Amino acid sequence: MSEIVVAIYVVAYRELLRFVRERSRLISSFAMPLLFLIVFGAGFTRTIGVMAPGVDFVQFMYPGIIAMTVLMNSVMSGLSVVWDREFGFLKEILVAPLARSGIVLGKATGAAVISVIQAGVMLLLAPLVDVAITPLLVLKLVPLLILISFSLSGLGLLIASRMRSLQGFQLVVQLLVFPLIFLSGVFFPVNNVPAWLELISKLNPLTYAVDAVRQLFLAGQQGALEAIGITLFGHTMTVFHDVLVIAGFGLLLMLLATWSFTRQE
Amino acid sequence: MLNPNVIEADSLSRRFDSFVAVDSVSFSVSEGEVFAFLGPNGAGKTTTINMLCTLLRPTGGTATVNGYDVVRQRSGVRRSIGLVFQDPTLDEHLTAEQNLRFHAYAYRIPRHLAEKRIGDLLELVELSDRRRSSVRTFSGGMKRRLEIARGLLHNPRVMFLDEPTLGLDPQTRRHIWEHILQLRERHGFAIFLTTHYMDEAEVAGRVAIMDNGHIIALDTPERLKDQLGGDVITVEAQDVDATKAELLRRFEVVPLEEDGHLSFSMPHGNRFLPRLLRTLESRVISVGLRRPTLEDVFLHVTGHAIRDREADPVSQARAHVIQHRRGR
Repeated sequence: MSEIVVAIYVVAYRELLRFVRERSRLISSFAMPLLFLIVFGAGFTRTIGVMAPGVDFVQFMYPGIIAMTVLMNSVMSGLSVVWDREFGFLKEILVAPLARSGIVLGKATGAAVISVIQAGVMLLLAPLVDVAITPLLVLKLVPLLILISFSLSGLGLLIASRMRSLQGFQLVVQLLVFPLIFLSGVFFPVNNVPAWLELISKLNPLTYAVDAVRQLFLAGQQGALEAIGITLFGHTMTVFHDVLVIAGFGLLLMLLATWSFTRQE
Repeated sequence: MLNPNVIEADSLSRRFDSFVAVDSVSFSVSEGEVFAFLGPNGAGKTTTINMLCTLLRPTGGTATVNGYDVVRQRSGVRRSIGLVFQDPTLDEHLTAEQNLRFHAYAYRIPRHLAEKRIGDLLELVELSDRRRSSVRTFSGGMKRRLEIARGLLHNPRVMFLDEPTLGLDPQTRRHIWEHILQLRERHGFAIFLTTHYMDEAEVAGRVAIMDNGHIIALDTPERLKDQLGGDVITVEAQDVDATKAELLRRFEVVPLEEDGHLSFSMPHGNRFLPRLLRTLESRVISVGLRRPTLEDVFLHVTGHAIRDREADPVSQARAHVIQHRRGR
């Protein structure tokens, strides 16, 4: 048991150390969401107009961007495993008296903490887009983002457990993860699209992560949920239902990632 | 511990699909001993190390390290060993002391003790003034020294050094070895070394010569050389085949041939040499007389030179395949 705890601690500790030391990664992780927010916000807000009662395009997209930041950052925890393998450090981790499952959980924990930090910085931009942040919102948001981060780290780590090269991992991210993110309702409501797109989006677990974050932000807006909420079999998903989907998806991926990582030599 | 041997391998084997990388090797290393695996690339040295340090499961046989089974008691094995691999395994984005701290936490060294040991070891490997520098800025030799310090941080019973000076210049190699031996003096750990440098194997108490996955000779360097029976005489001749035949006819020696040089061993070579020159009819370009080296032993027991094997494309390809399968 303690080998799991120690593994989580040291592996997460190092992820954070690296995050702080690598200025370029720090900057780029904020730059892209910010770019989306500014460019799409300024570009589309007037054209698109009101998405739901009291919600314009930027206010619609802003929670989605926060979710996207967490999604991207978490999937990239897998990149750090591939990176460690390529540059040899993984061996140092694997020959240490650390439980394999703890190593996987440690990577995910590191990603979760970094995700929350990044989301926190994004929250500072809220006044710019006219979104109100309340302490209650933050209190609900943080555990939700941690859960989302763990789930998506599971995906990243599962991919990484079998990847031998950075290029291979990047390729999978581009072919699988980017489409998943773009089809998760970050940029448009998944209700109001062609049926095939709606189907794909509703099969995409990330959709529910984005929906849950958005619902927390739009909780105060009367009628917003009806306009942009996700209906599944005639039932509108609540935050709680979204959380169940994300947790189930995350648990499955995390188990697969741990299994795959433990089995490898 | 009932078993005084810090490493005990019994018919240890590893196959990759149909290829047998390590074929039933047995040996033991006692407490505090320096033990070397000598052999060309692809001989199975690294595969053996990987099995002993729990990175690779054996496909046959058993092994214990510090009394722990390498398959069933991996975490005991991992706590007992320190490692320096062929390729660097440092986090280059972190500083020297951050790398050591990660290691200290992973091996659960109490914090106050860890800081002291980190300071001491950095002092010993002469990296104290660079402790807060990014490892990225280190030279190859400095990285090696840091890895040696890191491997010793948790006081291992045995230190595995897999080609510890590969790719370093001779001066740095000597320097690294001074550090290793000095640290061993102080801490008394055993060393399990793999190398294809003959001079490096000379520091070992015992040497196992490995070729094609087998141990083909195992003894102290001195006794291995004595096996050759005396001194090594080399003859460079104009007509190699004729000279070879004449040596066999007149002196009953079967010389080994390498790059047009014939070599054979002879007791009291200094007395034999004048007789050789007097009686030999073949045209001789040069002759040489020297004490045997481990290279000669290797040549003698395998029938080929270490560097031949390395130049041979088939073995190189095979070494590459193993490297690849091992997946780093």
